[in-house]
Amino acid sequence: MAVTITARPRIDGLGITFTLLLSLAIIFPLLVVGTWAFTEIWRYPNVVPQQFGLRFWEQTLTRPDVWGALTLSLQLSTVVTLLSAAICLPAAYAFARMSFPARTVLFFSFLAGHAFPKFGLLIAIAAIFLQLNLIGTFWGVVLIQLVGTLLFMIWIPVAAFQAVDRRMEEAARDVGASPLRVFWSITLPQAGPTIAAAVLLTFVGTFYETEGAWLIGAPAIRTMPVLMISFINNQMVIQYGAVLSVMLWVPSFVALMFARRVIGGGAFARGFGG
Amino acid sequence: MSVLAISDVSKVFAGGTVAVERFSLNVADGELVCLLGPSGSGKSTLLRMVGGFEQPSAGVITIDGDDITRLTPDKRPTGMVFQSHALWTHMNVFKNLAFGLKLRKLPTAEIREKVEAVLELVGLAGYGNRLTHQLSGGQQQRVALARSLVLEPKILLLDEPFASLDQHLRERLREEVRDIQQRLKITTLFVTHGQDEALSMADRIVVMREGRSEQVDRPDVVYRNPQTPFVAGFIGSMNLVDGTVSNGQFSGAGLSVPLPVSDGPATLAVRPEALELVVADRGAARIHRITDFGSHGLVDLDLEDGTRIKAMVAHPDLFSQGQSVDVKPTAIAAFRDNAQIYRG
Repeated sequence: MAVTITARPRIDGLGITFTLLLSLAIIFPLLVVGTWAFTEIWRYPNVVPQQFGLRFWEQTLTRPDVWGALTLSLQLSTVVTLLSAAICLPAAYAFARMSFPARTVLFFSFLAGHAFPKFGLLIAIAAIFLQLNLIGTFWGVVLIQLVGTLLFMIWIPVAAFQAVDRRMEEAARDVGASPLRVFWSITLPQAGPTIAAAVLLTFVGTFYETEGAWLIGAPAIRTMPVLMISFINNQMVIQYGAVLSVMLWVPSFVALMFARRVIGGGAFARGFGG
Repeated sequence: MSVLAISDVSKVFAGGTVAVERFSLNVADGELVCLLGPSGSGKSTLLRMVGGFEQPSAGVITIDGDDITRLTPDKRPTGMVFQSHALWTHMNVFKNLAFGLKLRKLPTAEIREKVEAVLELVGLAGYGNRLTHQLSGGQQQRVALARSLVLEPKILLLDEPFASLDQHLRERLREEVRDIQQRLKITTLFVTHGQDEALSMADRIVVMREGRSEQVDRPDVVYRNPQTPFVAGFIGSMNLVDGTVSNGQFSGAGLSVPLPVSDGPATLAVRPEALELVVADRGAARIHRITDFGSHGLVDLDLEDGTRIKAMVAHPDLFSQGQSVDVKPTAIAAFRDNAQIYRG
C-alpha cells in the first residue's frame, strides 16, 4: 500500500522568465539610482562610472535646506497620519458595523477623490485655499494631503473591521464586557495589524506626496520631494537627485521591513479583501 | 422548580420573517434540554434570545424568577458556547479564560486558581500558555466551554458546539460535556440539528419546526411515541405511507393494515425495525436494494405506487434483490391532521 512518490523538481521555465523580467523592472532602476548616488564622474560610453566618491553626499548633507525639508516632511507626515487616523478610523468602524441612511453613497464619496484626475481637483482646491489664505501654509498642505490619505485609511480599516468575527465580540459581551470594552479588548486587537498596515502606508504615502505639497505649499513650504524637484529643475546634476532618492528610500524600506515583521503579509492581503 | 422560563416568546425579524412563534418552555434546575430541529426552525434564534443577543418581539424570559427579557448579554447570568468556538485568537488560553473574571475584578490569585480548576475540569490542565491556534478543534471547543463554565453561569447555552468537529471527536466530546454538565448540575440549553446528539445527551428534547415546538418529551418518548408526523420523520428513520381508513382497515400504496380508528384519510408510520418481511409470490412490495451492515441488514422496498420504504432485517442473506415480499408491521402509529390518532 505504501507508495512513495518522489517528484523530481522540474525546471519551471515560465517562473524563471517572470523572475527575470520582474527583477529587471524592479531592481535595475534601483541599481542605477544607487550607483549614481556614489558616482562622481560617469560619462556616456562607459558602463561603469569612471570615479566613485562621496562628494555629492557631503554637498547634499551640508545644505541646511535639506535638513529643513526633512524635518518639515516628517512633521507633516506625522500630523497628517494622526489626523487621518482620528477622522477615518471611527468612520471606518461606522461603515463596517453600523447601518445608517446613505451609507453606500457616503462610502463611495470618500473614495471619489481618487476617481478624478487629481491635478484638476488640486487646482480647484487651490483656488479655494487662495481665498482662505491657506496657500503656502503648513495647515494648507496638511489639509490637501489629508484628502489623499482617505482612500487607504477608510478602505483598509473597513475591511479590517468587517473581518473581525462577530461571534468573538458576542462572546466577550457574554462574559460581561461592555460595548466599549469589547471594542478595546477584542475588535481593535483583532483588526490592529491590518490597521497598522494602513497607518504605515498613509505615513509613507504622505511623506512622498508631491503634487499637493508643491501646488499648495510653494514657495514657503518645501517638503523633501518638492526640494528634490527643485534640485533637478535648477541644475541638472543627477547625483543630487540620486543621493536624495537613496536617503529617502532607506527609511521607508526599513519601515516596510519592520511592518512586514510585526504585521505579517496576511494583514496587507486581508486589508485589500484577500 | 424551573430555573429558566420562556413564556409566549415570539421573534419577527425586520422584513417580516417569523423565526419563533409563541414559544414557551420551562427548564428545571440541573436539566439539559435539547432544542432539536432542521435549519431555519428557529432553535438558534431562541437560544440567542435567552443569551441576550436577540430581542424577543413579544413574550417574557425569566431566570430564577427575574425578568431578563430586556437585559444585554453582559448583564445576564448565562454563558454561551458558540459553534465556531469564537475564542479570542490574540490571547492565549489563560487570558481567554481570565477575561471574564478580570471584568468582575477578582484578585489575581483567585483568577489563577479558578482558571486552573476549570482547565483541569475540561481535561486541559497545563494548557494555559498555549495560543488558541496551537490547539486542535476539540481542544478549542473545550476551551470555549471552559470560558463559559469558569464564570459559573446559571444557564449554560450551547449553540451546535460540535458541528465543526468530525464524527469520532463529536461522540467523545458529547459524552464529556454530558459528564461535566451532570457533575456541575448546571442547567443547560443545547441547540443541535443532530438527532443522535439530542437522543444521547438530553434529559428532554424540544423538537422544533418553523418556530414552534412540535413536541417536548424525554428522548425515549420522542422516539417511541412521536406526536406528529414531522417528529416521527425527523427522529430516527421512519416509513410514512399516506392512505385512507375504512371499516378499521388502512389501505394505501398497496399496503393493507388493520387500524381501529374512524374512517378518513390517515398517514401510517412504521419504524424500519418494526417491519417483518415474508417472501411471497404476489407480495405488496418488491426489494430494490439490500445493504448488509454485518450486525443487521437494511432493505429498501418499492411499494405498488413507487413509495420507497425501509425495513431492518436480522439476516439480509435470506433475501435477494428484485424479490417480491409481503410486509407485516409489528408496531405502528397513525396520524391525521398533524396529530397522532393511534399507536399500537
